[in-house]
Amino acid sequence: MSAVTQDTAVRTGRITRTFIYVVLLVFALFYLLPFFVMVVNSVKPLSEITGGNMMALPQVWTLEPWRQAWSTAQVGVEPTGLRPYFMNSVMMVVPAVAISTVVGALNGYVLTKWRFRGDSILFGLMLFSCFIPFQIVLIPMARLLGLMGLAGSVPGLILVHVVYGIGFTTLYFRNYYAAFPTELVRAAMIDGAGFFQIFWRIMLPVSGPIIVVSVIWQFTNIWNDFLFGVSFGGTSQPMTAALNNLVNSSTGVKEYNVHFAGAILAALPTLIVYIVAGRYFVRGLMAGSVKG
Amino acid sequence: MGFLDIRNVTKSYGAVEVLHRVDIAVEEGEFLVLVGPSGCGKSTLLNMIAGLEGITSGDIAIKGRVINNVHPSKRNIAMVFQSYALYPNMTVGQNMTFGLEMHGVPKLEREKALAEVSKLLQIDHLLDRKPGQLSGGQRQRVAMGRALVRDPDVFLFDEPLSNLDAKLRVDMRTEIKKLHQKLKTTIVYVTHDQIEAMTLSTRIAVMNKGYVQQLGTPKEIYDTPSNLFVATFMGSPAMNIIPAKVAMVNGVPHAEVMDADGKPCHLRFDQANLADWAGKEILLGIRPEVITDPEGADRASRNIQSLRNRVTVTEPAGSDTFVTMTLSGKDAIARMRADATVAPGQVFDFAVNMEKAVAFDPKTEERIRP
Repeated sequence: MSAVTQDTAVRTGRITRTFIYVVLLVFALFYLLPFFVMVVNSVKPLSEITGGNMMALPQVWTLEPWRQAWSTAQVGVEPTGLRPYFMNSVMMVVPAVAISTVVGALNGYVLTKWRFRGDSILFGLMLFSCFIPFQIVLIPMARLLGLMGLAGSVPGLILVHVVYGIGFTTLYFRNYYAAFPTELVRAAMIDGAGFFQIFWRIMLPVSGPIIVVSVIWQFTNIWNDFLFGVSFGGTSQPMTAALNNLVNSSTGVKEYNVHFAGAILAALPTLIVYIVAGRYFVRGLMAGSVKG
Repeated sequence: MGFLDIRNVTKSYGAVEVLHRVDIAVEEGEFLVLVGPSGCGKSTLLNMIAGLEGITSGDIAIKGRVINNVHPSKRNIAMVFQSYALYPNMTVGQNMTFGLEMHGVPKLEREKALAEVSKLLQIDHLLDRKPGQLSGGQRQRVAMGRALVRDPDVFLFDEPLSNLDAKLRVDMRTEIKKLHQKLKTTIVYVTHDQIEAMTLSTRIAVMNKGYVQQLGTPKEIYDTPSNLFVATFMGSPAMNIIPAKVAMVNGVPHAEVMDADGKPCHLRFDQANLADWAGKEILLGIRPEVITDPEGADRASRNIQSLRNRVTVTEPAGSDTFVTMTLSGKDAIARMRADATVAPGQVFDFAVNMEKAVAFDPKTEERIRP
């Protein structure tokens, strides 16, 4: 018998295997092509783009478009580059992700380990919030933010994203904690641990995978959100709104190389999060579905 | 008043009452086993003592203090769970001292208690490991260690051995018994395994359908079961329950049973008041070891009755041979010495120790008391 054991469900021959790899490679290239175009065109002078082949490698390599996109490009009326908006995005995303994840974890903990009358109805309603389209809440949300004095500010955006995110994060944590043995919580209760001590000392240390899922999901959604940013951002608009202003400006020459650089800058944080934590994402989404 | 008092305790979920007026007084140092089939309410009762389930009515008191509304952590109890419930992110040492830490015991004392208990349970070399790296038996010890470290008034065990394999279960059973003899702690132990109940306990509460069927020492439960349920639940193989008629022979009550050919046989009762049942149907309860070959019969008994019957099946089990026969149309099992010579189809003279026989009222299923 073969000494090499492969962890696959289906046994495949050499020819099938080659075929699979070729197909996968073609798909990978297909998906990487747009990214290749963006990167290549963001490091060449504008003249090379307007006068030649979009697919060609640059004759003159330059980081000038990146510098311009970051700090001097005309965004709207001000020549500030994307930098201040990037900062707005960071200041919005970090607290929004942190708060919605913590609240989701607490909700999941309460909904599975401190059951009360009507808890499944409550969970159902929270789940329902995942399916409400953004557009529906625009006007009521604008009114509420106005009443709270948070309109057009970063805290206002944080609130909106936390409210929208809690449905998802609660779903993740509830399902994860549902598989967590209740006897552990009971043992900790007898040991004298309180509500938060059980959460902090017993539940959170084993919640790594689901925290990663929640953070990636929330980070991607909030960072990439355009509608709320452009509606409620006011003077502190996030990166996505600024990128739109940069790319869609109708005056002057279209500086494609700067636009490409700006677009990559806008996508970079989510890319990094995926690359760093992506494998935990899949693992976390599968957690609890299979025993062991 | 006992050390742990369960007084008139009931438990209802909505309109459904699952525990009915349970009354048990446990003395200090006693090993009480709650035994019964699944769904009999034994775990619910244990959880109520622990404070993990509310009490619908009645009182539970430890050392005279009613604890109905006291938080589990303030009852001075410790519990060993069926799944062990070890905290997976903590080491063995942290697992065992977590309770002390939560109760604000200073670090030095915690370490002293940990050292003592881990040595007692021979797990002192495992203290830095995580529960995931331990075998089933080791986890079991750690779970017990976590309870012992606390030095509580009452230990609660919820089927602690049911996750172990058969051999380890027997070893740990002895281990728990040794521990109890050494530490003289008060223990309430839940199991569905009647052998565990018999071997470990100083007293047993047999439960069924939310009622305590009988409360007594293992010997009382085994020899004088108060009703049919207790008689058949405790003991393996189960007690033979044979329909019989009380017949008066020479003015003494006898049990009239039919042998395999339908011929009546008379077995003299030891119990005089069965004369009141003359001519009526009863259920005769005889344990398998009470029916033997004449050489294997209990020499101390004053009432060995002979029973001639045909052997249906023999099952040699190494230490004993189980012999099946037909009595009054029902299968009855006899437990013989391993080297008793019996063969299927043979007509054999069995010896029945009627001193140990019990009679039940077929209507109420209660035992007819002497």
